[in-house]
Amino acid sequence: MPRTPGADLPDHPDWLWNSPEPKHSYDVVIVGGGGHGLATAYYLAVNHGITNMAVLESGWLAGGNMARNTTIIRSNYLWDESAGLYEHAMKLWEGLEDELDYPLLFSQRGVLNLAHSLQDVRDSKRRVGANRLNGIDAEWLDADQVAEICPILNTSEDLRYPVMGATWQPRAGIAKHDHVAWGFARALDRMGVDLVQNCQVTGFDRIGDRITGVRTTRGDIAAGKVALAAAGSTSVLTDELGLALPIQSHPLQALVSELLEPVHPTVVMSNAVHVYVSQAHKGELVLGAGIDAYNSYGQRGAFHTIERELTAAVELFPMFSRAHVLRTWAGVVDVTPDASAIMGLTPFENLYVNCGWGTGGFKATPGVGWCYAHTIAHDEPHPLNAPFNLDRFATGALVDEHGAAGVAH
Amino acid sequence: MTGEYRLAEGGRINRDRPVRFRFDGHEYEGFDGDTLASALLANGVHQVGTSIRYGRPRGIASAGPEEPNALVQIEEPFPEPMLTATTVALHDGLVASSLPGQGRLATDPDPARYDAINAHCDVLVVGAGPAGLAAALSAARSGARVIIADSDTEFGGSLLGSDEELDHAPAGRWIDRVTAELRATPEVTVLPRTTVFGCYDDNYLVAVEHRGEDTFTRQRTWHVRAREVVLATGSHERPLVFPGNDRPGTMLAGSARTYVHRYGVLPGHRAVAFTTNDSAYAAAVDLHDAGVEIAAVVDVRPVATTLWTARCVERGIQILTNCAVTGTSGTDRVSGAQISPVPSGDSAPTVASELDCDLLLVSGGWNPAVHLHSQARGTVRYSEEICALVPDRATRGVRTVGAAAGTFTTGECLRTGSEAGSAAARATGFDADPAEVPSSPSGPVTPPQPTWLLPGLSADSDHDQFVDLARDATVADVRKAVGAGMSSVEHIKRFTTIGTAHDQGKTSGLLSSGVIAELLGVEVAQVGATTFRPPYAPVAFAALAGRDRGDLYDPIRVTAMHDWHLAQQCPFENVGQWKRPWYYPRPGEDMDSAVLRECHAVRTGVGMQDVSTLGKIDVQGPDAAEFLDLVYTNKMSTLKVGRIRYGLMCHADGMVFDDGTVMRTDEHRYLISTTSGGAAGVLEWLEDWLQTEWPHLRVHLTSVTEHWATIALAGPRSRDVLARVTSDIDLAADAFPFMSWTDGTVAGRAARVCRISFSGELAFEINVPWWHGREVWDALYEAGSDLDITPYGTETMHVLRAEKGFPIVGQDTDGTVTPHDLGMSWAVSKKKDDFLGMRSFSRADTVRSDRKHLVGLLPPADSAVVPEGTQLVELSELPEPPVPMLGHITSSYRSAALDRPFALALVKSGRDRIGQTVYGHVGDRLVPVEITEPVFYDKEGNRRDG
Amino acid sequence: MMLIPCPWCGPRNETEFHYGGQADVPYPAEPQELSDVEWARFLFYRANPKGLFSERWNHQAGCRRWFTVRRDTTTNEIFQDDSHEAVTR
Repeated sequence: MPRTPGADLPDHPDWLWNSPEPKHSYDVVIVGGGGHGLATAYYLAVNHGITNMAVLESGWLAGGNMARNTTIIRSNYLWDESAGLYEHAMKLWEGLEDELDYPLLFSQRGVLNLAHSLQDVRDSKRRVGANRLNGIDAEWLDADQVAEICPILNTSEDLRYPVMGATWQPRAGIAKHDHVAWGFARALDRMGVDLVQNCQVTGFDRIGDRITGVRTTRGDIAAGKVALAAAGSTSVLTDELGLALPIQSHPLQALVSELLEPVHPTVVMSNAVHVYVSQAHKGELVLGAGIDAYNSYGQRGAFHTIERELTAAVELFPMFSRAHVLRTWAGVVDVTPDASAIMGLTPFENLYVNCGWGTGGFKATPGVGWCYAHTIAHDEPHPLNAPFNLDRFATGALVDEHGAAGVAH
Repeated sequence: MTGEYRLAEGGRINRDRPVRFRFDGHEYEGFDGDTLASALLANGVHQVGTSIRYGRPRGIASAGPEEPNALVQIEEPFPEPMLTATTVALHDGLVASSLPGQGRLATDPDPARYDAINAHCDVLVVGAGPAGLAAALSAARSGARVIIADSDTEFGGSLLGSDEELDHAPAGRWIDRVTAELRATPEVTVLPRTTVFGCYDDNYLVAVEHRGEDTFTRQRTWHVRAREVVLATGSHERPLVFPGNDRPGTMLAGSARTYVHRYGVLPGHRAVAFTTNDSAYAAAVDLHDAGVEIAAVVDVRPVATTLWTARCVERGIQILTNCAVTGTSGTDRVSGAQISPVPSGDSAPTVASELDCDLLLVSGGWNPAVHLHSQARGTVRYSEEICALVPDRATRGVRTVGAAAGTFTTGECLRTGSEAGSAAARATGFDADPAEVPSSPSGPVTPPQPTWLLPGLSADSDHDQFVDLARDATVADVRKAVGAGMSSVEHIKRFTTIGTAHDQGKTSGLLSSGVIAELLGVEVAQVGATTFRPPYAPVAFAALAGRDRGDLYDPIRVTAMHDWHLAQQCPFENVGQWKRPWYYPRPGEDMDSAVLRECHAVRTGVGMQDVSTLGKIDVQGPDAAEFLDLVYTNKMSTLKVGRIRYGLMCHADGMVFDDGTVMRTDEHRYLISTTSGGAAGVLEWLEDWLQTEWPHLRVHLTSVTEHWATIALAGPRSRDVLARVTSDIDLAADAFPFMSWTDGTVAGRAARVCRISFSGELAFEINVPWWHGREVWDALYEAGSDLDITPYGTETMHVLRAEKGFPIVGQDTDGTVTPHDLGMSWAVSKKKDDFLGMRSFSRADTVRSDRKHLVGLLPPADSAVVPEGTQLVELSELPEPPVPMLGHITSSYRSAALDRPFALALVKSGRDRIGQTVYGHVGDRLVPVEITEPVFYDKEGNRRDG
Repeated sequence: MMLIPCPWCGPRNETEFHYGGQADVPYPAEPQELSDVEWARFLFYRANPKGLFSERWNHQAGCRRWFTVRRDTTTNEIFQDDSHEAVTR
């Protein structure tokens, strides 16, 4: 029977994961069953042999930001610290489909980060230069070259802020977020790791400054180590301990169109006019923009953010004029002062924190899993996440990704 | 054109206005008032496409926005993807084609115009069916400002699709009367064709008005702030899941009624109605009365209601209770339905009979359209009574009435609507009584029998039982998801893609929850449903972009002299929202040669630049000096009236974020300047500290950027030019020293003249009221004509300041740079107890000796300009990555004065490396550059006095 | 699009305002006396509660005044001081 090309996704396997009751005790408990929590558990099991472990998810598995992001994967960050971590993630992405034996639909279709001002151009060239010296594929393209890669992009002078060029990372791309989460989950299930859903962590058990377990809506669970991977909800957890973190939770909205015949060959991001867009595997346009300005845990944002984003989209892609918005939604992202994550040890023994990924968490998923697992297993940061410690806010050694690169997403 | 499917009379179509259209290459005719779907049905076209995964033929299944099947691509008048035939109003020249699931975007620019409008009202009524009209009427009569919006081309909602009588007359009369009264009420805005698709915080609702293809604006987005909202959004009929439930000719029962009554169209000639509730009986009776043969009403319930049994018996319609349709036959269209008794337990159903039919009406009950209620953060609950989700807890100021609240009789819809309308108006302070409502004969509605999966069917049939027609998702898909361990409706939705199509699960959402519940063996309430998200119905991107396109994307700010610049045909640089001349090419010149010429003119003769865009803030009050001491790194309280000082601003983290000059104009008054792009941010930041941290300081701030037009006159001959147009200012260096200002007359206009130089040359900055900017500019240009006075743009300004080592905040800094990093410790006071940023200078990271410093760079004299952004490395040969980087080039130009390229850079331990050679990584080459002091030209500052 | 009650201008659309985060974070009296850790608290650490939050807004497109509101960060309802009655909706 004829099928519409591309309008369908590959089938999922016959078995994914169990939903067990939590046990009374584990060697490691991971709080948060999103992409980062699952990937961390995966590498703890695979790289460090830890399987007496539970991943606790307050809702449905991978139903937070993992289910809500626009799935862009890239590693073209400015600073060495970021580049190291994201590029490590990128290399893992490149083998992840085989490793998990799951169709992740990882498509390396490249990403264009547009420049719309002379300063954008300077910043872009600076970032391309840094990327190349860090071994990351990157090129600076002028407007004509941009048009060759993405012919539907309006590179004319008519724009209020014309496209003056772009950075190009060919190895960047997109993946299917659910498949990534489910791939990790299935692998964890096979290794005997408990994936416990509808289990909200409400507090911690501790002896002095040593964490000994978590309290949950499904009972107390003793744990040798507790690792937080709860993104926008991290503050709610750490407030229980009086552990202050320099993060603020904000709504981040995204939207999709109906399924459309393929027109958009790559991923385009524009910080200056605030939109990023790709065309996913079934043909839907997936768009995102910047965060809503205020703190929120509401998983909903304001409509003017969407309108602004679509204005930018139609300006850059006049062809999208009569595409339709089918659905909008929001996640809750935790943002740090320097737009870089926090990953490492805490003042509490046996408690580890991974948060502050803002809008960039998905692309880092396997890299986070790898490094965070190392941190937990060795009680010491992996060299790649060592710079992302909490101390940097006291010393001032920030990894300031928004000031310099303007590519926070 | 009253063919075999169009009734000879009846319906609300305009039979005097035939409309010609094309679908899938065939020419057809319909009438004004038809939808594409009704016109196709009238032409006997039921199949309108094939399905997305399996390519199965699919037909028109509904008469409204819930349509899962009839997706069309509009080809003309202009391509638009993925509309439902049931909501496309027929118009002349329409060309459409069927879609298998992926739409197609136009390659030509969209010629249509889109607009936006903001509106405020006391009561917004969404939906103009019986409940909505009654609500609007009650509210309107109180004098409240009312907006009533409905997606449809005409008001009436469900009444349009029935032959119901109100006050013993056709319902249409009541609709027309109420609509006319609403239109005649001055405070009421009546919006047909307007879909309210989003409900946001504080009763902010968003709607799109479809104004038609021939109107000035094709679509208009309404932003409505309503004090109270009445949601009368109706309900959607739910299909049934059974084998072969996707064949063309299968249609929601209520929709078939709509085709008969509203469009005068028979959707078939011989029908079987399969139902779990009463509403299919009404369809069977109405269709029978319109001439359709009803083969049977198949009801899963053991007993049909007396009322409907009687009506069927009157007409000789066969009722098969305790029976179900368990299969269909037909190729492109249903030709028969297999009927079986509902088996008890697990026994397989036996096919009792097969009935020939070309139309299979289905009804599984009705889903209240709770979308907007839910978007407004209202909660929903599963009602066992009506087998659907109904509103539970509402947010304040939002009322849901009528079918949207699970009320299914017209009389109750009218009554509750009227009451809600008056309650809403009362809540906004109006004296409102419920408007009287007409009498309605409609009887009680018996609840449906919950029917999600027919019992006893073999697993083989799962693949033919469609749960989401739009996604081609079947019971087999749901069973597979459940079998894979999934139990969350969210997971199963993602696994099966149910509810993700253009209709966002309007017909399939709760149906899938029911199927999941059956397969998991739990209650439907336990399974719940996925979140209702905006928009309620698809909205075109362009409608939301509205008019904010092109030049209106962001405000364009221009200076008083902008027309003069335009006349020079100079390219402009966007600086924030400002348009600034970039350079002024003479015929045949490229940018490099123009800039070299402009630089040369300033260094040797005289140039002029429009610097009006620099932000200007008037700081007044007895504590102005104290305030500025706190916000600048250097001391401003010691500045004497008449003098000017350069100042740096840091955030509390110690990083430079803006700079400019500070001019003391009075004991208690300063005029400060900011960067062009940073003005608004600086003002807000100053207000923040002033209002929230130091409210005791008596200081007022006012933006005066646009009060002044400012002209920089620079170069050794600038004094000569200025002298020709001023007589009351002593321009001698000792009378009018560097970094001072004076008031006087320039070109006959009152002016404030400053001795400020951003180029290192003798320079004057002439401020005149904005209104006189162009006149004074012209006078200066004229006065300098014999000296070849040269207008210059931002690029030349950048080169000249770089030759002097003056940084540009935002170009030579990036939010990680302190004044000390810039080598500007001289601008950081050591005498003040505190200022913003001071504490941060002593943090562990900011006291590091190997921080990046702003230094100069000299590439080989005969080499090209090294691109800005170039990374610097220590070694002349590149090792394998990652390669340690020392910093990057922030500014890079060719100097006319030095006749060589030069650059500024931020380099690790840069000041300790002066004299060293490092390498710029350009493309795949390494270019040697020598690190120098950042000042390249006139280090001694001899030129500033001319 | 929240409706934010400016104490000087009345309720206005969210787009007229600029967000300022947590309210009542005083600038330290003696910054130079603070340790780096204490100073970092002031610079970078702000409360991030799920629920009621006292926060600052600036009526940028209106009176330019900064003011404080209490808002529920899960529902965006804004409350008067000490009241549990939302002032806008």
